[in-house]
Amino acid sequence: MDKRYRVLIGKPGLDGHDRGAKFIARALRDAGFEVIYTGIRRTVDEIAAAAIQEDVAAVGLSSMSGAHMRLFPAVVEALARAGGADIPVLGGGIIPDEDIPALKNAGITAIFTPGTPIDTIIEAFRAACRTHLGQQAR
Amino acid sequence: MNVDFLVQALHRGDARSVARAITLVEEGDAGGTAILEQLDRERIEQALLIGVTGPPGAGKSTLCAQMIGQLRDRDLRVGIVAIDPSSPLSGGAILGDRVRMMRHALDPGVAVRSMATRGRLGGLCSAAGAAVRIMAASGCRVVLLETVGVGQSEMDIVALADITIMVLAPGFGDEIQAMKAGILEVADLLVINKADQPGAQRLRLDMAAALRDPGDRQQRILETVASEGRGVTELLDRIFLLEEALRDGGALERRRRRSRELETLDQALELLREPLRQRIRDRNEKTRDPRELAREIVERMVIMPAQAARNDDEHGS
Repeated sequence: MDKRYRVLIGKPGLDGHDRGAKFIARALRDAGFEVIYTGIRRTVDEIAAAAIQEDVAAVGLSSMSGAHMRLFPAVVEALARAGGADIPVLGGGIIPDEDIPALKNAGITAIFTPGTPIDTIIEAFRAACRTHLGQQAR
Repeated sequence: MNVDFLVQALHRGDARSVARAITLVEEGDAGGTAILEQLDRERIEQALLIGVTGPPGAGKSTLCAQMIGQLRDRDLRVGIVAIDPSSPLSGGAILGDRVRMMRHALDPGVAVRSMATRGRLGGLCSAAGAAVRIMAASGCRVVLLETVGVGQSEMDIVALADITIMVLAPGFGDEIQAMKAGILEVADLLVINKADQPGAQRLRLDMAAALRDPGDRQQRILETVASEGRGVTELLDRIFLLEEALRDGGALERRRRRSRELETLDQALELLREPLRQRIRDRNEKTRDPRELAREIVERMVIMPAQAARNDDEHGS
């Protein structure tokens, strides 16, 4: 059997539209992931603390309200402060194409937009987990 | 992975080390066994493991969150292990108990770990006991172990925990009927949560009917409104009184001995699963009855070597 990947799906900030996050959480579960779901309206520090305590191999963030440019990099920074700089962060939501390079520069491993096929998203999480756990084993 | 370093950091209460240690055990990594061997026995001995079970929607996570808050007010470090079932189809799981506990996310005195059952029946995962010991060794005075239970499967949590509380809510009256013969007798405390809601009176009557002895009712049934924190102080006071009584009378030590025996048996059977599967496949028997074949395989694998070892001992001495 494949290794069980543990991931965290969270929604930072004030945006309460969680359909996307829940859809991704269910899709990942159906692909065999163990998904820790934190619910809506979390601070970046809460998400980072939960990711550390749950020892996840990747963090997925969802944003529908346009705050991704501030919040996604803020989660990367919060993780680093909490001692989890090595945990990859993936993000999705309503994100204009022109924002993607800046987000990747800020350390977001992969960005998904409304048009991204779910299989692509699952594969990106799998790849991020595999890379993370591979580095940890060394 | 430096095990000694990780064990030191874990005993200092470092969140990441606690989390890594639990993962190593859960994954069956050799490092996990080494960590468990080095845990602070005294802290494990002093910690109290409270099992919290009940049907989905009864308010277990909300009640746990309130208990955490009050335990923190009493200046105690707290650990939570929240277990949810894995999907039998994909093996994946959504672990959402944290949603109700997020207000404690930034408190370094609270450790939360969500775990999936990974195919194990009975509401627990096979690493649950180890996860609890790791949290206790990291300095948690109280560890809450939360599992979903609807009347049959929670005997495992009763066997593992020092004290078990069953959380019920109005609307689960029919379940009480079905539960009568099991959990109501073995749970230490029965909590009627959402006691302010319509149907609470009905639940009280159902519980009273299930527990005929008035003294028993008085001792074991409590009411809470977890969403508002009502009744939580009384619940914790009752739990600590019970802990004292169990420790003084030696009953806690008896419960823990039984718990260790069961976990050892459980783990031994788990370790045997693969070698047994291999032997059965190798034998490739087509005509023998499965029960007879099972008896023979186990006899050769476990019973005969044990007899041989005993004989050697006798000749040697």
